[in-house]
Amino acid sequence: MDFDLSDDQRALKEGIAALVDGVLPLSASRRAENLTDVVDPAAWSALADAGVFSLLVPEAEGGVGFGLAEGTVVFEELGRVLAPGPVIATTALAPALPAAAAGTPHGVIDAPGRSATPPLLEHPGTVEAVVVLPRIEQVAEEATLVPVGDLALTAVERSLDPLTPLAALATPLVAGTTLEGLDTTALRQRIMVLSGATQVGIAAEVVAIATEYAKGREQFGRPIGGFQAIKHLLADALARTELARAAVQSAAVILDDPTVAGREADTLSLSTVQLRWRAVAGAKLLADEAAIANARTAIQVHGGMGFTWEVPVHLYLKRARVLASSFGTRSELADLLAALA
Amino acid sequence: MDLRYTDAEESFRTDLRGWLAEVLPTLPPKPEATDWPGRRSYDQGWQARLFSAGYAGVDWPIEGGGRGASPIEQLIFKEECERAGAPYVGTGFVGLLHAGPTIIAEGTTAQRERFLPPILNGDEVWCQGFSEPGSGSDLASLRTRAVRDGDHYVVTGSKIWTSHAEVADHCELLVRTGPEDSRHKGISWLIMPMDLPGIEIRPLTTIAGSTEFAELFLDEVRVPVENRVGDENDGWRVTMVTLSFERGTGFVGELLESMRLLRSLTALAQRTGAWGDSAVRKRIGALTASFDGLWALTKRNVSEAARNGVPGVGGVVFKLAYSEQGQLLTELAMDLLDRAGLAASGLVGADGQGELPNEELVDAWIKSISLTIAAGTSQVQRNIVSERILGLPKEKS
Repeated sequence: MDFDLSDDQRALKEGIAALVDGVLPLSASRRAENLTDVVDPAAWSALADAGVFSLLVPEAEGGVGFGLAEGTVVFEELGRVLAPGPVIATTALAPALPAAAAGTPHGVIDAPGRSATPPLLEHPGTVEAVVVLPRIEQVAEEATLVPVGDLALTAVERSLDPLTPLAALATPLVAGTTLEGLDTTALRQRIMVLSGATQVGIAAEVVAIATEYAKGREQFGRPIGGFQAIKHLLADALARTELARAAVQSAAVILDDPTVAGREADTLSLSTVQLRWRAVAGAKLLADEAAIANARTAIQVHGGMGFTWEVPVHLYLKRARVLASSFGTRSELADLLAALA
Repeated sequence: MDLRYTDAEESFRTDLRGWLAEVLPTLPPKPEATDWPGRRSYDQGWQARLFSAGYAGVDWPIEGGGRGASPIEQLIFKEECERAGAPYVGTGFVGLLHAGPTIIAEGTTAQRERFLPPILNGDEVWCQGFSEPGSGSDLASLRTRAVRDGDHYVVTGSKIWTSHAEVADHCELLVRTGPEDSRHKGISWLIMPMDLPGIEIRPLTTIAGSTEFAELFLDEVRVPVENRVGDENDGWRVTMVTLSFERGTGFVGELLESMRLLRSLTALAQRTGAWGDSAVRKRIGALTASFDGLWALTKRNVSEAARNGVPGVGGVVFKLAYSEQGQLLTELAMDLLDRAGLAASGLVGADGQGELPNEELVDAWIKSISLTIAAGTSQVQRNIVSERILGLPKEKS
């Protein structure tokens, strides 16, 4: 057992960090805040060229051939810079959809018609096609693929996360092409792990931002980071990040490696199917919790400045909310976990 | 990121599992919680069995007489012992986990030969004399004075939180040998035989009603100078060296015990009908996520220790995270017990399904209150995390 980044994973982390800092600095995304399309085509191409979208596609099919373990390394870095665009959906769909693997932006709509909330499509101006997943309990139903032009879209004037534009979809959704044989469970679980990794990146980055601020900001004649009231907030935030990261990476390895999944399942007297759900649900729950709580903490540490648009921490909080809102809210995940406890 | 065990690790596990299955039924019945001589001899019996099977000091280096197991094997050892219901280290705690490793790292050849073998085979029991009534979180302010008189130190002062003092053979003792205000620079580390004249033991009773702790009053106790480990006034460094033995397995037993308790709460909630309350289910679900996450973090920490010798950032935050979740767990247990939690001894349920688990859960609840206090309060842990990992300004010390 060596549950640490391998040398290759470390190199991947450094490589992707250098790439995103070059092509996706948050400052560049923020310039696009008021545009209809926040995704810079050049940056998107750079991610495609780097293999981000074909990351999970087997080498024999022209992909990078990595597992979700490597996926968590890459998406943590993407979360750190709040990479805009439907990156998670496109990468998670790629093993099933060659167009996504090639870098065509895709969206996913989870379980339409669940409540009074209309289905909300993220990045309507960017995605070219949308995969509609059946409700999680309707396992017999197949996912469908709908070209974005076939959907009746009503743009949402102002989205909570300025870097995640939205459109409301008219229901019932138009019928798309059935994606026969698409394993919707595996797709959901890939999305949950990549989403969790993105949240870990967010959770880690806001602690870094707030820590730097606390070291420099002086009140009462000393850096506010010297006050225990501030130090303890940040210590708790760091603990949340570390716990979530371990859970997310563990879930990734469990999905990648049937031997590990089987072994863990035996230890807990669960089936392998149950064990996989327990691992991804727990990972996403801890990651959502860490991202939201840490972003709030980071705003609090910034005091009044944290409530201004110019300090970027609010963007992390808003993105964390976006990610926590689909593929298992914290409440749904807690229920699922209780059933598997 | 590899969670597979190697063939060697799996065979270590298989052998251990086989041995545990064989040896555990041979153990005598457990003594009463307050019967300290009985507990000492029970723990010694277990340690002697570990010793003869080659599992004594599994985490000690080979040169100290231990097994020199890798951090991963140490994790497997603790996991299998916990799952099999093997006895805890008990009264052997200070010797095996603290004094022994310190003597291995810093003791003289004579000290190692004299003191290490009886720790490993269970013959001798140790206690710890570090904290003082006036020196808790701020240990470096300790005032127990040791004055040199020929071949002896004459020690006067008092110590607190000394576990198993009544049944210990030796005490690892921190004393002030430098000037009063010398703090970290004037402390020495002594081995104090507990049968010396001038040692008075006053037991403390915890809020759980348990009696493992005591206060020590030392009145001109004459400790031989040859019992000093490390140089005079270098005891703080000696103490810190001991911490470097930590391999990320410190709370494995407690964590697995918490996971077992959580599963039993699911059964209890179903029995009482509380399972129908979605708020209860969500608390169980959230705790499941947290403990699974802590188990994953343990594997991360142990892996880092295997690579770098120390458990890394995760090791520093683990105790902080675990202790809070452990308290949420026992709060849930008490909520599920409802008024049955008012009975600290066994209580037969009104549902005809026999005794309720109130005795175990009430005990777990009270004990869990110390999680955020013992071995460094959570407040001190947060200082450590924010200073060592985040680099925020230090508290004055």
